[in-house]
Amino acid sequence: MARITAGVTTSHVPAIGAAIDRGETASDYWAPLFAGYEWSRKWMAANLPDVVVLVYNDHASNFSLEVIPTFAIGCAESYRIADEGFGPRPVPEVPGHADLSCHLAEQLILEEFDLTVVNRLDVDHGLTVPMSLLFGQPEAWPVRVVPIAVNVVQYPQPSGRRCYELGKAIGRAVASFPEDLNVQVWGTGGMSHQLQGPRAGFINPAFDNAFLDRIVDDPEALTHIGHLEYLREAGSEGIELIMWLIMRGALGERVNPLHRFYHVPASNTAVGHLVLEAG
Amino acid sequence: MAERPDFDDIPGTTVFTAERSRQGFHLNQFCMSLMKPENRARFKANERAYLDEWPLTEAQKAAVLARDYNAAIAEGGNIYFLAKIFATDGKSFADAAANMTGMTPEAYRDMMLRGGRSPEGNRSIKEGR
Repeated sequence: MARITAGVTTSHVPAIGAAIDRGETASDYWAPLFAGYEWSRKWMAANLPDVVVLVYNDHASNFSLEVIPTFAIGCAESYRIADEGFGPRPVPEVPGHADLSCHLAEQLILEEFDLTVVNRLDVDHGLTVPMSLLFGQPEAWPVRVVPIAVNVVQYPQPSGRRCYELGKAIGRAVASFPEDLNVQVWGTGGMSHQLQGPRAGFINPAFDNAFLDRIVDDPEALTHIGHLEYLREAGSEGIELIMWLIMRGALGERVNPLHRFYHVPASNTAVGHLVLEAG
Repeated sequence: MAERPDFDDIPGTTVFTAERSRQGFHLNQFCMSLMKPENRARFKANERAYLDEWPLTEAQKAAVLARDYNAAIAEGGNIYFLAKIFATDGKSFADAAANMTGMTPEAYRDMMLRGGRSPEGNRSIKEGR
């Protein structure tokens, strides 16, 4: 049977991807950020899963304003790298696990989480930057990926509670997949940041650190944070943190925190990163 | 019925609602077109002519030509779509953020290195906090 062994959360700032792609990770600006992922890269190499269920948001790369799915699941054999306006990132195509994707889609929809099924999906920095942070720059990615895309571009985004419940359903659906697979669930995006308007550059370390505490011990409390509070306290793009709640729901009641890192700034963003072992 | 929160009470922030998505539909779809290298080349060769191929308002075209991202957002633009314009220009999100805050890229970068814009006084206009 498939089992969820661990969860990872990390911000997915595009400038981090650019720093990796340009070989600037040792610069004064970037070295402290990458130092925070060193432990995680070693741990990941020693605890490589077969599949990562990777929760991210598309940044107007695959989904235009023609179709805006609230939740979508990729069910393809592989995923191409999107051209976000400066050419695709020089990283390998992302291999899928179509059988697990199809199983998850079926189980989740039957559980009344009405995900949109996507058979062709180009993935952007939201998905590839976390992979680069955790796997470095391999010739081919060492895991297969089930992408789950969440709308955070257009209001209303799904509520934190809905995300947390979806995560729990993902946990049940993975556990009912007959193949023996080691699965991790990653929740990406966040933490506090705002990319638009005169309030751009907004950062709230108190909010972020309380979130990092509670996602481990009291995720239920985080499900009560509504749209307005995210906007006020975490900046207009900080609502990406709802995707961390999907990861946390999937991991079950108790988790063992293995690694925690917080850093300001990466470009416009407060970076938060956790590695959690399933309890 | 769920009531929409008072988003206008948050300083310096525009929430991208379904109404704004309608208002900015063609503007944002134009931005999306810049994900293709051939379209980027045509846009760079003659920005005005390329924009004229899209059913945009004059205000939307002017915002794009001036790279006035606050104006583009007021006209229905969304930052993740507008990112295709500044990516085409070889600029980063930080450059665009500086543009929208009226700061130089250097001053904006310094503010971020000092920990970013504080939440104090930036949460609510009415409540002054």
